[in-house]
Amino acid sequence: MLKYLLRRLALTIPTFLALTLVTFIAIRMVPGDPVEVRQGEHGIDPIRLAKLRHELGLDQSILHQYWDYLVQLAHGDFGTSIRTQTSVASEFFTLFPATMELALCAMLFAVVIGVPAGVFAAVKRGGPIDHGVMGISVIGYSMPIFWWGLLLIMLVSERWELTPISGRIDPIKYYFDATTGFMLIDAWLSGQEGAVIDAAQHLILPTIVLGTIPLAVIARITRSSMLEVLSEDYVRTARAKGLSPFRVIGLHALRNALIPVVTSIGLQIGTLLAGAVLTETIFSWPGIGKWLIESINQRDYPALQGGIMLISCLVIMVNLFVDVLYGAINPRLRHGH
Amino acid sequence: MKSILRTSAAALFAATMLAGAAEAKTLVYCSEGSPENFTPAMNTTGTSFDAARPVYDQLTEFTRGTTKVQPGLAESWDVTDGGKTITFHLRKGVKFHSGVNGFKPTRDFNADDVLFTFNRQWKDDHPYNKISGGKFDYFSDMDMPASLESVEKADDYTVVMKLKAPNAPILANLAMDFMTVHSAEYAAYLLKIGKPEQFDQIPVGTGPFSFVAYQKDAVIRYKAFDAYWGGRAKIDDLVYAITADPTVRLAKLKRNECQVMAYPRPADLDEIKKDPNLNLMSQPGLNIAYWAFQVQKAPLDKKEVRQALIMAVDKATILKEVYQGAGSPAKNLIPPIMWGYNDKVTDYAYDPAKAKEMLEKAGVKTPIDIDLWWMPVQRPYNPNAKRIGELMQADLAKIGVNATLKSFEWGEYRKRLQAGEHQTGLFGWTGDNGDPDNFFFLLGCNAKGEPAGNNISKWCNAKFNEDMVKARESVDIAERTKLYEEMQEIAHDDAPQMTIAHSVVFEPVRKEVVDWKISPFGSHVFYGVDLK
Repeated sequence: MLKYLLRRLALTIPTFLALTLVTFIAIRMVPGDPVEVRQGEHGIDPIRLAKLRHELGLDQSILHQYWDYLVQLAHGDFGTSIRTQTSVASEFFTLFPATMELALCAMLFAVVIGVPAGVFAAVKRGGPIDHGVMGISVIGYSMPIFWWGLLLIMLVSERWELTPISGRIDPIKYYFDATTGFMLIDAWLSGQEGAVIDAAQHLILPTIVLGTIPLAVIARITRSSMLEVLSEDYVRTARAKGLSPFRVIGLHALRNALIPVVTSIGLQIGTLLAGAVLTETIFSWPGIGKWLIESINQRDYPALQGGIMLISCLVIMVNLFVDVLYGAINPRLRHGH
Repeated sequence: MKSILRTSAAALFAATMLAGAAEAKTLVYCSEGSPENFTPAMNTTGTSFDAARPVYDQLTEFTRGTTKVQPGLAESWDVTDGGKTITFHLRKGVKFHSGVNGFKPTRDFNADDVLFTFNRQWKDDHPYNKISGGKFDYFSDMDMPASLESVEKADDYTVVMKLKAPNAPILANLAMDFMTVHSAEYAAYLLKIGKPEQFDQIPVGTGPFSFVAYQKDAVIRYKAFDAYWGGRAKIDDLVYAITADPTVRLAKLKRNECQVMAYPRPADLDEIKKDPNLNLMSQPGLNIAYWAFQVQKAPLDKKEVRQALIMAVDKATILKEVYQGAGSPAKNLIPPIMWGYNDKVTDYAYDPAKAKEMLEKAGVKTPIDIDLWWMPVQRPYNPNAKRIGELMQADLAKIGVNATLKSFEWGEYRKRLQAGEHQTGLFGWTGDNGDPDNFFFLLGCNAKGEPAGNNISKWCNAKFNEDMVKARESVDIAERTKLYEEMQEIAHDDAPQMTIAHSVVFEPVRKEVVDWKISPFGSHVFYGVDLK
């Protein structure tokens, strides 16, 4: 097991290096640098431009800049945001809990609805439930997030007035410190009456919007994996033994069918983070998605590089964890077969 | 420590909210983004200026809703030495806020604070010059280093500013956000405790509201400052709910989750007008979109050719198609809300037949080829330069002028225009300080008759220039107005550019909001506003 873990860990090193290079080069290929992009019609005096570029190290060769960046990273320093002049890591970790809270809720939503829906569709294969679930999941998968979010706001919040429109909590009624950064927990810690419920209400729409695509994917994967398992001999044997359908499906079939589903949940982290960019913008959710977009617009190189590196670390770690989990469930893999 | 302080600030806020729950007036403003920091001198965006404004004052101020300059922290000033010396008499008894980081002011506002404000931006060796990256774009953009000779303290309440040349618009510069007056005592306190970077993150000022808390991308909180020198604000708590998407901002406004919103989408204006709970206020913006002719290049060196091109373009269609009601046709370089505007100028009429005739008379054989540059970015005065370019291209084709559309990345575009590489190009300007000089310099030339960098028409007119210099040196508004009116006639007749449009600024507010005034600068000012 340890050997397996070490091998997987070693594989992440080249991935990291490639990532640093790609993020470093890609943002520099976008026209306009952090100094010029700030200037309006005024333009900037060439002497001042040179001075500011020098202060940011932008007058060095790309290779030199890249090397400096690697050395800095090796010291665990993600740099200072050009825009706000605060440390990139501290900005990231201030905003990250908001994204995390939303992503966890969205994933929970996707699993809680997606897995049973997939199981039902598989059991009632070919029937109206199956067609219904699969039809809805195709729609869900192809839903443009921006449109979906605005539609829900207009219907649910504006017309029916069931949920708040945006933000994480009502700013007039509630005000407390961000102790953990997770609004539900902070609201609970604050002890203010109604704060937890208000925070939960603010979570409903963004959770649905962000969870829709993973929900569709999970429902489809559960269905196909379930179908495969249901045709296995041991399921037939279980049925022949006279076990109740609930035990056959819930205990014998689902447990085996879940292995590919677990893997897909790990892979969905990427989808969730990509979706978070749009979801956060629509719902004024103060997470890292919005922050990254703003960093691109302002050519805030350190913020962008640091942000992407930190997110990548996270995705790699989650995938590593899923791999390990998968290895634990499936001994064949662990032994490298 | 920081956390304890924040907690106590939070508790204080909660306590005031609870105590005054029935009466406390909270105004929520749906703003469009997060500030870079709270020191306007280091920023260039309206978003950042808006976030700092409630906390601060300047030496001079703009009368709310206008471009007129009125006394601020300077109660009065004397102009002597032929306009080269301005002596400011500072207001007495002005209090600074306490900081949420534990700072307690021990003295009132005085000349040291004014000197700190100038010197931080001006002097490279100032202890705060390099703090937080130290980029003071506006200070150099407004030519402050080139204009100032010295700024000195005569006594605690008198500051003497010496200029290199008479410069009347500088009084308006001092009312701009970048000249926000900071507390020198607060700066010294932070240096002493080794946390100078907090200076730009936790603002302490003399303004009508004091800063309470900021959560990035979520919310900024302020509360009315009881000891404000101008009298306490009518609202008790001010909250900026940061909401990036304009559709969502409008939805929040309709649900009364906020009472004022920033920047509505033009497509939503009709809906806003119909809503009985909302007031849609509008005003022409302090900006101009224009089409510049590079007059050093043939055939644009001929006045008749330039006039013909102007007459060939259907301005009304551009306004309808591209501005969609959010623009007003421009006949002068300065917008009509600005003093000095010459309403007697008659715009060129759209007349393709006459335009063609004029081209022939000028000896231009059609068809001819010209290039037409369009900006790659959306600007406040131009929502879609490419579309404008296409409409103009179609109009010009009708008189036998084949325009080739061309564009570059924004920085590159600006540089090449300023170098005069184009024949014709779309560009524009957003006013900084509300002074007409801040627009007319766009057509200015130096003493040798060479066009300045921002003069992308490369047009020099001796009379125009002479008037401009004269107006800059005079503090007499009536005299300056006369000069500016004359300059507008010269520019109209000689046509170095086609003035296209001033955008219209729209601001939807709820009916409960009392005494809201749109700022010509596009800024949001909450002092003086009340809630029903």
